[in-house]
Amino acid sequence: MTRELALSVTDVSKRFTLPHERITTVKSLFTGLVKRQSKIVNETQHALQDISFEVERGEFFGIVGRNGSGKSTLLKIMAGIYRPSTGSVVKTGRLVPFIELGVGFNPELTGRENVYLNGAMLGFSAREIEALYSDIVEFAELERFMDQKLKNYSSGMQVRLAFSMATRAKTDILLIDEVLAVGDADFQRKCFDYFKSLKKQNVTVVFVTHDMSAVREHCDRAMLIEDSRIVSIGDTDMITKQYFELFHLPAPALHSDENGAEAEVEAEAEAEAEAQHPQVVEQAEEPAPKRWGSMKAAFTSIDLSSSRVTDADDTISITCTAEAKESVEDAVFGFMIRNASGQPILGTNTEIKGQRPMSLAEGQKVVVRWSVPNVFNEGLHWLEPAIVHNGGGDVCDWWQEAASFTVVRQERTPYIVSPAIDLVIEKGQG
Amino acid sequence: MTIRPGAGQATQGSAQVAVADGPPATETSTKRSRGLAGPKRQNLFDRYRYPFILLGRLVRTDFKLRYHGSALGYLWSLLRPLFLFVVLYFVFARFLKLGAGIPHFPQYLLLGIVLWNYFAEVTANSIAAIVGKGDLLRKIDFPKYVIILAGSFSAFINLLLNLAVLGVFLAVGRVHVGWNALLIVPLIAELFVFGLALSFVLSALYVRFRDVAFIWEVFMQAAFYATPILYSVSFVPQSIAQLQFLSPMAQIIQDARYVLVTDQTQTIYDVYDGRVWVWLVPLAVCLVSVILAATYFRSRSKYFAEEI
Repeated sequence: MTRELALSVTDVSKRFTLPHERITTVKSLFTGLVKRQSKIVNETQHALQDISFEVERGEFFGIVGRNGSGKSTLLKIMAGIYRPSTGSVVKTGRLVPFIELGVGFNPELTGRENVYLNGAMLGFSAREIEALYSDIVEFAELERFMDQKLKNYSSGMQVRLAFSMATRAKTDILLIDEVLAVGDADFQRKCFDYFKSLKKQNVTVVFVTHDMSAVREHCDRAMLIEDSRIVSIGDTDMITKQYFELFHLPAPALHSDENGAEAEVEAEAEAEAEAQHPQVVEQAEEPAPKRWGSMKAAFTSIDLSSSRVTDADDTISITCTAEAKESVEDAVFGFMIRNASGQPILGTNTEIKGQRPMSLAEGQKVVVRWSVPNVFNEGLHWLEPAIVHNGGGDVCDWWQEAASFTVVRQERTPYIVSPAIDLVIEKGQG
Repeated sequence: MTIRPGAGQATQGSAQVAVADGPPATETSTKRSRGLAGPKRQNLFDRYRYPFILLGRLVRTDFKLRYHGSALGYLWSLLRPLFLFVVLYFVFARFLKLGAGIPHFPQYLLLGIVLWNYFAEVTANSIAAIVGKGDLLRKIDFPKYVIILAGSFSAFINLLLNLAVLGVFLAVGRVHVGWNALLIVPLIAELFVFGLALSFVLSALYVRFRDVAFIWEVFMQAAFYATPILYSVSFVPQSIAQLQFLSPMAQIIQDARYVLVTDQTQTIYDVYDGRVWVWLVPLAVCLVSVILAATYFRSRSKYFAEEI
C-alpha cells in the first residue's frame, strides 16, 4: 500500500509581535510617537519555530506539550485560523477543526436553529442538515428539547448537541483540541467510540492533548513540542516518557529577540502576551508556586522519597519540615495530592489521623512524615501541604504545587487511581 | 521515514494554505461532491458553496434575533417607518412647513430618511461586526467577508420592508408613480455597494483602532446635515450643492426622490447645469471605494484572528 500524505507542515514559524504599549487607540498612536525616547521595545514572541512534520492519510497523530509550548498555535495554523510567519501547510482534502465544540452556538436560538447554524459553520447546507437532523437529535438524546432555547439547556446537553453535530462533519482531516476530552464518563465513552469509527473510515486525525493515556490509546504516532520547537516525533510510548521527563527540567526562559531585555521586561511581555493572546501563548512558564497564609508557622522544606514513582514503589514518603515563627495554638498539618489536571485524589491531616492539634512555641521545628500507598495512576502529581490552626479557620501556610512526582506504570487504566489489583480466574469445565 | 510532498504528489486535489494565501475561501469541499477527482479546477459552485451557505444562515439568524424578545416582533420593521412618517408629517410638513414648494413633502422626507437610515445602520453595525465575531474567528477558518455581507443583507431586508411601507404612503398620497420608478433598482444597488465599501473599511479598521467607532458616530452626525435630507437643495448655494453631490449619498437620495416622489426636486444633473457625465463622479466614488475597501479588508482579514 502506498502511503499518501494528508498533511504536510514545512518549516512553519510563528511570531507574535508584542509592543509594550499596544496601540489600540489613535491617541496612543500619537502619544506613543512622542514618548519614543523611553525606548519602546517591540518584543517578539516566538510561538513556533521551524516546525516540520507530515501526517499520513488515516493516521492518528498526537501533539503533546506543556502549556505555552505552542501546540495550540500550531493547531490554529493547521486550521488556517492563523497564518504562519514563514513556512507552509499543505493539506490534501477537506479539513475540519474542532478547537471548540458547537462553534457559533447562540444561546438565544432554539436547539433546532442552532443545529442549522452550527451545521452551516461546518459546511452543511440546510437541505443536508434536514436529512441528518433526526440522527443528530437522536444521538444527542435531546428529542424533547429541540424547540427550547439553548440558554435553557444544561451544559451537558449543550455538549451533547455540539458533539452530535461534530460527529456528522464529513471530512478527510480532523483537528481536535483537548475539548473532546472533557465531559463525564458516558461522554468520554462516546468520544472514544467515535474515534474508533473514524479510524475505520480512514480519516486522518490530529489530536492535541495533555492526556497521555488518550495519546497511548488512540494515536499511532505523536509529536512532543516544548518551548515552541519540536522535541521529537515518534511512537507514543517514547513521546509519553519524554513528556513526563519535561516536568523535571527547569522551566524554560521566554524567547525574546531582545537579548538585553531585563527579566522585568520579559515578565511584562509575558503578561501582555497572555492578555492579548490568551489562547495562543497561554503561559510561557509553569506558574510560580501558589502559596498563601499568615506564615506564623511555615514549611521550610518539602521532600519526597522519589520524584519518579514506578510499579516497584509500594509507598511514597513525604517529609514536611516546618518552623513556627510565632507561637501557634492548635496547629493541624495536612496534605492533598492532585493529578496533572488538578483533580484532588487523596489527602488527610493530623486531626483525621487522631492526633491532637499541636501547640508550637516560637522557633519550634516540626517534621511531619507521611507514608502514602502508591495507588496513583500514570502521570504527573502535585503535592499540596498545609498548616492550619483554630479549627482550620486560619491558614498558616497553604502551598499549592509544593512538590511533584511522576508515576510510570506498566499496567494502564483510564481511571483516576491505579492501585494494585489482584486477579484470580477460575475456569470451570468448558 | 516520511515522504516529502514532491512536485508530483502535491497536485492531486490538494488545497494550498500557505503564507501568502489567495482568496479567503479555503474551506471548500473539493472531494466531497466529486469523490477522488483529478486535478480539476475548482468551479465557482464549489468555491463559493461554503460562503453561500454561511451567508444565508447568518442573515437568517440575524433576522431572527433582530426583534427577539419584543412582543410585536417583525411587525416593528413595518411600524418603525410608519411612526417615523407620522412624526415627519407633523413636525416638518405641518408645523415647520419646510416643504414649501415640494409636492408630497412627507413622502419625500420619508424616502430620504429611509435611505439614510439604511446607510447609517449598515455602517454602524459593521464597525463592531468583526470584533463581535471574534470568538468565532478564533475557532474556525471561514471567509470573513461573509460577516460583512450578512450584515449588509440583513439591513437590506429592513430597507425593503421600509420601502414597502413607503409604497403604501405613496399610494395613499396619490403620488403618480411612472415607469421611471424602476430606476430605483440601480439606485438601491448603488446604495448597497457604497454601504458595503464603508462596512469593509470600518470593520477592518476597528480591529486595530477602537476609536473608529466614535469618530464614525460624530462623522455621521455631520454627514446627516451635510446631505440634503431634511432641507431642499435649493436652500444651499449652488457651489456648496455641487460639493454635496460628490457624495454618492446625496446623489442617490435626490435621484430616488426624483424617480419615486416628485420631479420638482434637484438632482446632481440640475446642480451641475445639465451635464450628464457628472453622474459618473459619485458612481466612480462608489466603485473605487468598494474596490479599495475590499482589497484592504482582504489583506487585513488574514490577521483578524490574532489581532482581535
